[in-house]
Amino acid sequence: MSETLLEVRNLKKHFPITQGLFNREVARVRAVDGISFTVERGETVGLVGESGCGKSTAAEAILRLEEPTDGSVLFDDQDITTYDDQELKGFRREAQMIFQNPDSSFDPRMTVGESIAEPLEIHGVGPRSRREEIARDLLDRVGLNADDADRYPHELSGGQKQRVALARALVVNPRMIVADEPVSALDVSVQADVISLLKDIQAEFDLSILFISHDMSVVREMCDRVAVMYLGEIVELADTETIFENPQHPYTKALLSAIPTLDPTRRGIDSGLTGEVPEPSNPPAGCNFYTRCPEVIQPDAIDVDQAAYRGVMDLRVTLKRQGIELDGLREFVGLDDDQTPSETDIADMCSELRREHDIPDRLDDREAESTLSEALDQIVREEITDGVEQLGELFESPCERTNPAPRPTSAGHAAACLHYDDEPVEADTGWVPEAAQGD
Amino acid sequence: MSTEPLLTVEGLKTHFHTEDGTVKAVDGVDFDVRRGETVAIVGESGSGKTVTSESVTKIIDIPPGEIVEGSVTFDGMELSSMSSQELQSIRGERISHIFQNPQNGLNPVYTVGRQIAEVLKIHKDGLSKRERRRKVVDLLDRTGIPEASARVDDYPHEFSGGMKQRVLIAMALARDPDLLIADEPTTALDVTIQAQILQLLEELQDDFDMSIIFVTHDLGVVSEIADRVVVMYSGKVMERGDIESVFQNPSHPYTQALIECLPGRGDSMRRIEGSLPDPTDPPEGCRFSPRCEYATDGCKAGDQPPMYPTDGDETHTASCVYYGPEHDAGVIEEIGVGDQQSTRADGGERQ
Repeated sequence: MSETLLEVRNLKKHFPITQGLFNREVARVRAVDGISFTVERGETVGLVGESGCGKSTAAEAILRLEEPTDGSVLFDDQDITTYDDQELKGFRREAQMIFQNPDSSFDPRMTVGESIAEPLEIHGVGPRSRREEIARDLLDRVGLNADDADRYPHELSGGQKQRVALARALVVNPRMIVADEPVSALDVSVQADVISLLKDIQAEFDLSILFISHDMSVVREMCDRVAVMYLGEIVELADTETIFENPQHPYTKALLSAIPTLDPTRRGIDSGLTGEVPEPSNPPAGCNFYTRCPEVIQPDAIDVDQAAYRGVMDLRVTLKRQGIELDGLREFVGLDDDQTPSETDIADMCSELRREHDIPDRLDDREAESTLSEALDQIVREEITDGVEQLGELFESPCERTNPAPRPTSAGHAAACLHYDDEPVEADTGWVPEAAQGD
Repeated sequence: MSTEPLLTVEGLKTHFHTEDGTVKAVDGVDFDVRRGETVAIVGESGSGKTVTSESVTKIIDIPPGEIVEGSVTFDGMELSSMSSQELQSIRGERISHIFQNPQNGLNPVYTVGRQIAEVLKIHKDGLSKRERRRKVVDLLDRTGIPEASARVDDYPHEFSGGMKQRVLIAMALARDPDLLIADEPTTALDVTIQAQILQLLEELQDDFDMSIIFVTHDLGVVSEIADRVVVMYSGKVMERGDIESVFQNPSHPYTQALIECLPGRGDSMRRIEGSLPDPTDPPEGCRFSPRCEYATDGCKAGDQPPMYPTDGDETHTASCVYYGPEHDAGVIEEIGVGDQQSTRADGGERQ
């Protein structure tokens, strides 16, 4: 029998954006866009990323709280995406979820004991007295008092509520728990309590845990393996220690560099990232991360300082993705509405554009510099399309053309980054089953 | 002159009179802030860190709040006895606040440019409309808003959370304040955005030559940004000192416990027994004594111990009897933080 409890294959969850009388689909939010990974028995796998990366939607799609758009979810080798209502109810007994905010997970009019026993009632277990007994026993096992069963949620602190939430998840004797930011709302000392409780309970009940978090430190404490998500896709997946000690994907590196250190002599936090996460309804073509990546690959034709290349890329991203408003720039150099700019105004606007994108006054590559200054000139003269084309011809990165599939790296695990295109190593490509590979 | 601290808070007590009794949110707090430095006030919920920072310019609700005792001296002026009108002008010109939730700080019906221009207009004008606009764009640009010259005409909802916080920082700095009080300004933000904002604050502190009070629950953030730190618990100061001294040699058992319960340090994580005290009925003696592994019966009676120098160091003090004359501080085991493996990956290449 396989040791894998959960296998997610190329899972997608898109939300349509509709418009008009017939709900015509005008766009779709690709919240989860083809992720694949496994969770073994007794293992904790972390799904980590920033807000909007799709980690919570992934959790919900896996439990079919949201119907997946595509892909399959195998639980104990059974595809749960094909389950009917009855089968689904059975599956939900085996896979429970706990949430970030314990306040909104309880009915304020039910006692703690009633809340914990409720799932048993739904699943038709035992007479009332038996259910109460189970609830009291569980309260004891999550570090509360059996007598707390008679209290109401408002009488409990945040940490205690999260313990009750865990008791309620455990009451149906599940094999897997999906925990969505379970400790993020708690104080550090309470967080430590709940983390050690989760670990103890996991060992005691031999649970698999899918642990969703934005907090790298908590993930490092909790998880055996970590999948890093960015904009609906997994960019890197490896053992926790490997992810932290030998990260390969530029996004993982940026996330780790952004963690504050506890050693004030080594301070100097810097994620190296520019810009913000793009809208998932309009993800970039090519690699999702190229719009922010500090290591975005330069085309063979040019050779400029990487920071300057990043600056030009930022300008191009703005031009391509949201367009540029020249009015502000005109006003900045002191032009009235219909005034024709003088040559000095043009030059001022060009240098302001460079300044706003951290592009140096001169690029060290002569061809790149002449293309850039010509293009800037065209742009501020409102010949924007020509300027954009001119820039694109020379500056387009390979990362804008290809969305990289996971590929082996010298660290022994895979990362979805073009940098590893030519890595001459035999490594375990690991996380993606055959079906999803090969693009 | 320059040796004199910019801000001195002495014996501050801020209480809230509620139906459930009097909450002694801040119960005797002392600290000072020198010119150009960053002082972090760190603690868990209910420690009184926010109320402390809000008592400086009295932006707490009075009533139910009341500043019962204490003095707040800012640049030679006693703020605690000032009228609300006088305070208003200090708040406008010389002390600015930024908060955790940037949503609440901006008016949704005006462009961000107009809101910042408004601040300039109220406080120091003499600028023409065009000059003012240039200044607003410049402020937005300095706080790292891309396309500042175009974004100046956008409305708050068109900005992300991180960008809104930048706008609020720009607004706070428009007045060129001497002191910026930042209450959890990065807590609601993603970690990569938090890194950007912390970096930004550090740059701006140099540019504007201002002092910062940084209120946070996050020791990592403290270690990144502060020159000195004040550790609070249940309305009292537990430990105070230079950042390197406190992180390399955390002395109060509470500070030690707080560091040891941080996840992902590579060491085994510890827990703090017990729970946070009831704010209407705090424990006798040292506030931390019911949860302290070193507490004696003497710790659980009387008042919070005075701030004793740790290790003979007058600038690094802890409110713990073990550092007092009649005890042996050697009983408290040292925990090293500086030697421990940092959560930041050394393997991550940085450019």
